[in-house]
Amino acid sequence: MTGIGQPETEGNGRGYLAERGWRSWAFTLDHKRVGAMYLWTTIFFFLVGGVFALLLRLELLSPQAKYFGNHAYNVFFTLHGSMMIFLFIIPAIPSGLGNFFIPLQLGARDVAFPRLNIASYWVFAAGFLVVIGSLVAPMDTGWTFYTPYSAKSAAAVTTLSLGIFLLGMSSILTGLNFIVTIHKLRAPGMTWHRMPLFLWSMYATSIIQVIATPVVGVTFLLLAAERVFGVGFFDPSKGGDPVLFQHFFWFYSHPVVYVMILPAMGIVSEVIPVFSRKPIFGYKAIAYSSMAIALGGFLVWGHHMFTSGMSPLANAIFSLMTFFVAVPTAVKVFNWTATLYRGSITFEAPMLYALTFIFLFIVGGLTGPFLGALATNVQLHDTYFVVAHFHYTMMGGTVMGFFAGLHYWFPKMTGRMLNEKVARAAWALIFVGFNVTFFTMFIVGVRGMPRRYAEYLPKFQLENVISTAGSAVLALGILVMCWNLLQGLRKGAPASANPWRALSLEWRAASPPATENFDEVPVVTEWPYGYGTPKA
Amino acid sequence: MDNILAFGAASSQAGRVDALFVMIAVIGGFFFFLTQGLLIYFAVKYRRRQPDRDNETPAITGSPLLEFLWILIPSIVVVVIFYYGWRVYTDQRIPVAGATEVHVNARQWLYEVKYPDGRTAINEIRVPAGKSVKFILSASDVLHGFYLPDFRVKMDMIPGRVTTLWVQPDRPGSYQIFCTVYCGTGHSNMLARLIVMPQGEYGEWVEHAGREGGEGAEREPLAARGERILKSAGCLNCHAVDGKEKIGPNLRGLYGSKVPLEGGTIVTGDEEYLRESIVDPGAKVVKGYPNVMPTFKASIPPEDVKAVVEYLKTLK
Repeated sequence: MTGIGQPETEGNGRGYLAERGWRSWAFTLDHKRVGAMYLWTTIFFFLVGGVFALLLRLELLSPQAKYFGNHAYNVFFTLHGSMMIFLFIIPAIPSGLGNFFIPLQLGARDVAFPRLNIASYWVFAAGFLVVIGSLVAPMDTGWTFYTPYSAKSAAAVTTLSLGIFLLGMSSILTGLNFIVTIHKLRAPGMTWHRMPLFLWSMYATSIIQVIATPVVGVTFLLLAAERVFGVGFFDPSKGGDPVLFQHFFWFYSHPVVYVMILPAMGIVSEVIPVFSRKPIFGYKAIAYSSMAIALGGFLVWGHHMFTSGMSPLANAIFSLMTFFVAVPTAVKVFNWTATLYRGSITFEAPMLYALTFIFLFIVGGLTGPFLGALATNVQLHDTYFVVAHFHYTMMGGTVMGFFAGLHYWFPKMTGRMLNEKVARAAWALIFVGFNVTFFTMFIVGVRGMPRRYAEYLPKFQLENVISTAGSAVLALGILVMCWNLLQGLRKGAPASANPWRALSLEWRAASPPATENFDEVPVVTEWPYGYGTPKA
Repeated sequence: MDNILAFGAASSQAGRVDALFVMIAVIGGFFFFLTQGLLIYFAVKYRRRQPDRDNETPAITGSPLLEFLWILIPSIVVVVIFYYGWRVYTDQRIPVAGATEVHVNARQWLYEVKYPDGRTAINEIRVPAGKSVKFILSASDVLHGFYLPDFRVKMDMIPGRVTTLWVQPDRPGSYQIFCTVYCGTGHSNMLARLIVMPQGEYGEWVEHAGREGGEGAEREPLAARGERILKSAGCLNCHAVDGKEKIGPNLRGLYGSKVPLEGGTIVTGDEEYLRESIVDPGAKVVKGYPNVMPTFKASIPPEDVKAVVEYLKTLK
């Protein structure tokens, strides 16, 4: 096929952004506008959640709760966790970048159900408004809502759980929309094995969203029923069982960590070949490992509960299953690394973030076996070791993947280029700040410091001071990055349709794409990773 | 008592956990240097040499042999790690006969300690060195945790349920106890100490210091109180304690035995089973007996249920 990699149309300047006025956004049926609204919203809550994190770090400078007191500290870590999880990391890549790029990568004009798509954004908006409403009596239960504390707490637990119920509903609608879109709207010639790997990972993600999210919705309704009507589902004095809540909660909340990580892995699988000028190594292994992770992820929730009094046999089975879910993630890392071999690698910001994803995810991944193995889990559970581990996978992994995607697709979304020098400076600050902040948490965790402690023993102070210093560097890096994004949006140099010389279909639309993406629906004759051949 | 890696382990079990930790760290370290090394090496070696021209790149799309190897090798490695993690854990969980028993009940935000002979304390547990200790854990209000970092173990404390934890304190000393399950405003102040005393000193303390203060009732041994409650609550109308059969199962020798249930499963008659059978008798019905026993949840308060269980444990 000729002309691959060549834009079919040059941008008209504003593309899908041409129409102005709030109605053109609020009632839009354009997947790109819905995606952009999700991106603005989720990045806003990322920054708010980040401010709470900085307040936590500030309080932890001193072993005594000097600045805010114990209760405020507990509220801060609850809000940090809930906002980052439910309002940022779950929706950011799927509903933000996914909405924008799934139809473009498929060669489609929109998602399968555009009205459902805008509806899911407004359900999401209703959800975050209710969550904000719960701040009248802010929650201090931790983002895990463990009963009986959450059932007894005087805070607005019911309100917050209904807000999260709405967010979950939005997540289900989006997942459903994506599954149908990927099944039905692939461009002529785009077989499953010609799909970009981002689409495979989004497909796996959507399956988890549709299957797992109803469980947490029901769980929060049961919790609300317990609080409002006094039904004792989780109350031992009424014949209920507090540990049952943990089973329900983790049956959703473990699979959902793959909702967080799989889309980021999809972005890395796109960025690495483009900036290595090499075909992706092991396409099918990466695609199928996403599916294996999605399905296997449903069988390991018990590893959050090894000390909750489950039988040793159940613990052993969950431990073994947990180790097997690690294998497909390792396979992905090996394949990405092999893609670099004999490449022609350049280090623009998207590539720096993608490589950082791999680097930090390896650290997160290799600290997993300490927690998967039963005896060391019993030691490290509920200590800072766990906090470090999941920040390496979630922030070092997902957030770095998200940043890679933001920088990679920024020219396509906005029609403008970013300042590369500032982007690299921000990356350097983020990389250093992140490691200083979170690596020290591994050490203080092994030394026995429990998590969710407003006050701690003085012997843990050195690590906490170092970690807080790191968080300041990290925050500065993120500020510089945000400033750069805003500057790029306002006055970045105009972007061509395909500045990175990539082969997937979104780069054949204009930058920014027109309302219906393509003048003519593209016909696909080969996979999108044909780099390293004379054509590219 | 600091405990970074293998330093400061307070028991031989803790040493085994540390050995496992080191084993995983060595394996993880190997893979860390392998993968990060290749990542950085490739990124540097295969960087684009000329700013405006790509290097020639080969169209390599995969290798079934490599895929096979890097599925197989990690699978073997994780099974090995799983196996050792499970073995060390199982040995930690198997009860040691003749352990000193201590009841610990958590509430916001303190630990109530009760010894079988009726001694009580708050936030301080004293045990003799060289003898294994079994903690019988419960909670009154919300979830709490019982974490002994120097012993590398922890267990959740759950309202309406009994959990247990064993340690073998080899070295006398004073060890930190943390609450690890978030329990509200005072969570981070919910601290206690485990004081491991040389055998002789401990005996002396039991004789003297341990008896200071406390009302007479407090000093009544748990088992004696349990016997009194058992007799007054009417248990003996249906259950015998002398090995005979009545309407319900005989209670002598029940503790620690294998109990066959209706439906074919067999459970161990441990503290949690005995407790559950008093407050929720229909949950596990002994094979061959009618499911007629009423619940004593309302009539026997949780503290007294513990005493009854302690009495049942003496019926050998």
